[in-house]
Amino acid sequence: MAPKRQNSPSRKASVKGKGKVKKNQPPSPKEKPDHPDDIYPIVLTTATQELFECCIDEDVTDQSPYKLLKKDDIIQDIKTRAAVSDFHPVKQFVLDYPEDEILLVFDVDFTYGQSFYLVLTPEAKARIYNVLQPPQPEIIEVLEDDVSKTPEPKPWISLGSELEVDQESVKETREKLCYKFYLKRRPGLPVCFSDRNSTEAECRSVECPSYQDSRFSIKRMQRDCGMQAVPRLQSSTTQTQRAFQRNIFTQYEPRELSKKEKERILSSENLRKFLNSVTPRVLHALQQTHIMNVFTDDFKALGIGAEASDRLVMVSEGLKLQWTFTDEKRAMGNKISSVSWHPTIHGLIAVAFIKKQEEQLDKSTAYINSPAFIVFYGFPDQSNPRLLLECPDDIFAFEFCPSNPNVIVGGCRNGKVVLWDISFHAPHLQGTQPNSKKGSDSDSDTDTFDFDKKENKTPVMRYCAVSSIESSHKSPVTDVQWLPKTFEVTRTGVPVQNNSNISVQVVTCSPDCTVMFWDLRVPKLQNQFLADRKQDVDQKTMMTPYSIPKTFKHLDRTWKPLFRVSLPKSDTSGEYAPLKFSLEHYTCNSNTGRNTDNENDVAEVLPEYSQLRIPSAKTLRTLDDVNTKFYIGTEEGEIVYTDWKLEEDEFERKFSAKPLLCFRTHAWFVNTMQRSPFFKDILLTTGGWNFAIWKEGVMGGPIFVGPSSEQEYSAACWSLSRPAVFFIGRNDGSIEVWNLLLNTSESTHFHEHIASTRITCIKPCIASSKQHYLAVADNLGMLRVFSVPKTLRSPVKNEDLNMQIFFDREHDRLKDYLEWEEQWAKQRKEAGESKKQVEPDKPVTFQVDSEEADLKEYSDYLKLEESILE
Amino acid sequence: MTEFSLLSPIQGQKGVQGIIVANSEGIPIKSTLDNSSTVQYAGLIHQLVMKARSTIRDIDPQNDLTFMRVRSKKNEIMIAPDKDFFLIVIQNPSD
Repeated sequence: MAPKRQNSPSRKASVKGKGKVKKNQPPSPKEKPDHPDDIYPIVLTTATQELFECCIDEDVTDQSPYKLLKKDDIIQDIKTRAAVSDFHPVKQFVLDYPEDEILLVFDVDFTYGQSFYLVLTPEAKARIYNVLQPPQPEIIEVLEDDVSKTPEPKPWISLGSELEVDQESVKETREKLCYKFYLKRRPGLPVCFSDRNSTEAECRSVECPSYQDSRFSIKRMQRDCGMQAVPRLQSSTTQTQRAFQRNIFTQYEPRELSKKEKERILSSENLRKFLNSVTPRVLHALQQTHIMNVFTDDFKALGIGAEASDRLVMVSEGLKLQWTFTDEKRAMGNKISSVSWHPTIHGLIAVAFIKKQEEQLDKSTAYINSPAFIVFYGFPDQSNPRLLLECPDDIFAFEFCPSNPNVIVGGCRNGKVVLWDISFHAPHLQGTQPNSKKGSDSDSDTDTFDFDKKENKTPVMRYCAVSSIESSHKSPVTDVQWLPKTFEVTRTGVPVQNNSNISVQVVTCSPDCTVMFWDLRVPKLQNQFLADRKQDVDQKTMMTPYSIPKTFKHLDRTWKPLFRVSLPKSDTSGEYAPLKFSLEHYTCNSNTGRNTDNENDVAEVLPEYSQLRIPSAKTLRTLDDVNTKFYIGTEEGEIVYTDWKLEEDEFERKFSAKPLLCFRTHAWFVNTMQRSPFFKDILLTTGGWNFAIWKEGVMGGPIFVGPSSEQEYSAACWSLSRPAVFFIGRNDGSIEVWNLLLNTSESTHFHEHIASTRITCIKPCIASSKQHYLAVADNLGMLRVFSVPKTLRSPVKNEDLNMQIFFDREHDRLKDYLEWEEQWAKQRKEAGESKKQVEPDKPVTFQVDSEEADLKEYSDYLKLEESILE
Repeated sequence: MTEFSLLSPIQGQKGVQGIIVANSEGIPIKSTLDNSSTVQYAGLIHQLVMKARSTIRDIDPQNDLTFMRVRSKKNEIMIAPDKDFFLIVIQNPSD
């Protein structure tokens, strides 16, 4: 049916109503009154289109012209817009519409005369909607009453695989046979059913296994087999060398030309040309160097350097303080009486402390006080001593034995002489650390030993032997010295040969006016007790740190001196009170075969002192060339030169000889007497406020007396490396360095206030060629070690020769002076006598004249002295 | 050997301790010292000469090393290099 456009008043109405009619309205109103009744063409304004979402070309297009509108919405629109609504003319139809949704179709071709038409009846809607749907198959509208189509299977196209499928399929060729077995039984009997396992042997199940029938065989025509490609795998390992190879050693030889080659080259023309061309240059250079050395250092060649800088040196380059040793426990309130360097162990120094006792009211209290010690200090530990030696009383002087540095002899305040043996601690002392573990001497006691060490305690060593009280000195022993191992002394003081080649004898002196000689060996008289003692001593006893070494057990408390030397005064009665003494060191000039043998034996083995006996005087050879005279410095400042050999008087009693000379050079105590290490007959003494130099054999007096200083001199020592230098310590703690070649009237260096109190002892030591140390001890218990600078330790050229010349000169001067004095004394005597004879009346004028003459002569002498000294 | 006559004016100089003639590779040809010292001197000085020569030529390619003197505390070593050989003379200085 052809839709016809209706000449509708609605169209007009819509044109009238709304001016804006979207889209192209065909202007030619075709008069088509025919249209089916259920199609109602309608015009929708833009607003309505938007309202119902059926805008042309947006919601509703050519391809999808259908729009279902809800009936309620239309009714609502009619209500709201009343007559203006586009749906007004169809109001009735809409209200009557049975279904909820009305189909609105966009009429593109204007088949019914309007752009839209409304389908009024559901049948028409169904008809139109469904008919018009199929030509547009791409519109897939999911409608509620639409049935989804299931995909239909396509017809199967055979490709020839049916045959194979048929072949493979298993079909029954015949019908299955069925057999029925039954057993007749009477009904009614009870029945028993049970299970039975078919695998059990009891059950009689019959199997029909398959078997290969030999009557007939089937040839296998075709066999199915499967193939799989497998890659061939092979696993193997390899290891690279991790170590980087490098050469450890290479040995090579220099390349050399064969003889033939050499000859060939040598005879070649090339070489000749070369030599010819090169020779002039070389000759030129050779002559140049020969003529003059352009590289000489003129300044160096002058030889000033450090040696001649004595005059140039600044005061600042003096003694440098290296170490200060104090020990709070023992040094408080104590002064150092004596200092000694260990002769062999470098860096070890021993210090003896004595207590300052202002009041000596109660001597017994001295024993209640803490015991005195000799303290060993070692570099570089400044506060922990290495070893302590326990002493019965304050030690005023001590010394190491020169042949065995483990034996130490000391003199006490109470006059006793004490011996120590530190061989047990010797390895410990040599270690750099006080706690270092050295090869143990004691095997079983290492535990206690280690325990002590771990506690960081300084080992304490008790004294081995002490002299008997009756035979000791009565006043403090102020000087102790070992006799050198070259000779020994008998009971009468006669020096004899020392067969044992070790130092066995000690000399002590004390202000009780005696000098005693002691011997370390077992005296002859105790032979009967030797058998017992021998057994005691022969046992090798294990040493514990607290036990006393038995080295000198034979001397303990029974030690008596060999003999005593008393010092009677020469012109008056009374005796000298020696403070210090000085022996001449004797070096054995004649060595017999016996001596050298002994030397070899004894040198390695430390002697057992208890085994040694004092030989009888007759067996030993007397040494006549030993100088038995020695110098003594006394309490009053006198220097006495006497002989220690005991002489016999008419009653064959031994007595000491009168001194050979005595000089009162010093004003007060003589505190140092020391021989020069370079000249064995030159002696330095200090005491009071000056020092003096003596030459042995010169009886006239000291060959040189230093000027008096304002401070008391308390200690002195020669320099060990320079013959002209010596150090003097003063009461105010300063040190003066004297160089006799430079200046004889004053010290060359003056180090003020090195210590705060009186310096009690100065000792030098040479550690190595570059290290010279000076140990300075003071009254407060502090020990300072200084290093001697190069200027003071390296001798100037020919210093010893110059010193010798100096001493000889002084000697000559002294001789001249003495002669002059004699002459002058003689002259005076003569003048006095002649005066007595001639004119006893005019004694005064003559006296005056002679006095004037004296003065003149004296001034002449002074001038002479000055001129010589320059 | 003819070269002795050529070396004699050098050898006759005062203070000469030893003479070594070596080829350009440092292998000694003739020497007045013992073998071990010769070999040592020749090897070491060869390296020194090579270094010095290369130094001079690096600075100025037109230049070349003509003579070298090494002065030590104890003696003086003089080296005269050439294209194919070099001559080493050891001398004690005048004092």
